[in-house]
Amino acid sequence: MTRLTGGFIDPATEAATGFRAVLEAMARPGRIFDVTGAAPPAPLSVAAGVVLLTLCDHETPLFLAGRYDCAEVRAWIAFHCGAPFAAPEAAAFALGDWQDLQPVSRFRAGEPAYPDRSATLLVERSALAAQGHRLSGPGIRDHALLNLPETAAFQVNHARFPLGFDVIFTAGAQLAALPRSTRTEAL
Amino acid sequence: MSGYNFAYLDEQTKRMLRRALLKALAIPGYQVPFASREMPMPYGWGTGGVQVTAACLTPQDRLKVIDQGADDTTNAVSIRRFFERTAGVATTTSTAEATVIQTRHRIPEQPLQEGQILVYQVPIPEPLRFLEPRETETRRMHELEDYGLMHVKLYEDIARHGEIATAYAYPVKVGGRYVMDPSPIPKFDNPKLNGNPAIQLFGAGRECRIYALPPYTEVVPLDFEDHPFRPGRADHSCALCGAQESYLDELITDDRGTRLYCCSDTDFCASRQAPSATEA
Repeated sequence: MTRLTGGFIDPATEAATGFRAVLEAMARPGRIFDVTGAAPPAPLSVAAGVVLLTLCDHETPLFLAGRYDCAEVRAWIAFHCGAPFAAPEAAAFALGDWQDLQPVSRFRAGEPAYPDRSATLLVERSALAAQGHRLSGPGIRDHALLNLPETAAFQVNHARFPLGFDVIFTAGAQLAALPRSTRTEAL
Repeated sequence: MSGYNFAYLDEQTKRMLRRALLKALAIPGYQVPFASREMPMPYGWGTGGVQVTAACLTPQDRLKVIDQGADDTTNAVSIRRFFERTAGVATTTSTAEATVIQTRHRIPEQPLQEGQILVYQVPIPEPLRFLEPRETETRRMHELEDYGLMHVKLYEDIARHGEIATAYAYPVKVGGRYVMDPSPIPKFDNPKLNGNPAIQLFGAGRECRIYALPPYTEVVPLDFEDHPFRPGRADHSCALCGAQESYLDELITDDRGTRLYCCSDTDFCASRQAPSATEA
């Protein structure tokens, strides 16, 4: 019966607190924030659970990649979010490990007149750390550091601004974001 | 607070708003369409700002609401009471103590900090609307980054008045890409948009648009090399606190044209008067 447990106990206030962390993360790319409140089944992290509960519902087609496309995760999301499962090309959100989400060029990048009609990728990592890649752009005073799974894909994504997908990295109870507006370089 | 969900709106509405806010932050200056709800106040009274504030508030927040800089005017008082009743959040008039500030047409004088969110009430989000009434056309102009018409408008100001006569809602370019309407703030406030450490969110309820400025974003007022942007202010000092740097309201005090100038930011003005009051 794990599918019935692990959601927010007080949805209104826990979603508000969770969203505030996601909002700050998207506004300050690369900065790492702690979140709590969700207890999703493995292999979902706490942070990925919080993001799903905060942002996903019946209006957001969701693509599950690799090991996240399993019965336990599907049942938990179906009960707590009600998000329809979709192909990557139709997804508003995509969840998985970086290598399982490849090729990322298949995700919606928006249209020139409506760049907001684009996918948000929830990328599960083993750990988040302020090292490895230098980030700059809106939301960042000088530069920020974050360990990214690769460099080229994010540079390609930034180069087509204002089109592109946005990424929320999750690891354990932590999250950080990388919107399309951020320039990245490997150190 | 009983009878309402936290912060009035239902959770599905808040998720819709929150997804729009994240896309707005990812594409600074771009107007994200959203499914604006009817609120228990008329359009034009800050329904866009109220919905954005409702989507951002947490129980730990301390909310400040200002209307043209003042904490004690009708619009500010009623919105502050709305969230006291429906979200149970603490409220304040102090800019420094507030974590979320909803504003109509001003940016507080006191510099904002990281951790603060400034929510603007926006009547007309489209900076090109008075130049081109068709939404299909203005959307295409943003798509093609075709902002020549706006420069023609500013040029015609110069040709007619000798200077750029736009004094409020002065158009800005965000991150070198989108031209944005900063809402009807005086152009005096435009420099505070640029590189601000706080998150700035804009909500237009009637027009169903949300847009945003992440912290430390480059925001440049449109101008010409030979007619550079100049933030204007009345050439007086505040009659109440003596401030020489703040934005001033002009009050007519009798039927013989006597005028009095005082700070439009009531918190700023009161905090400057308080020390001298204790001295006396």
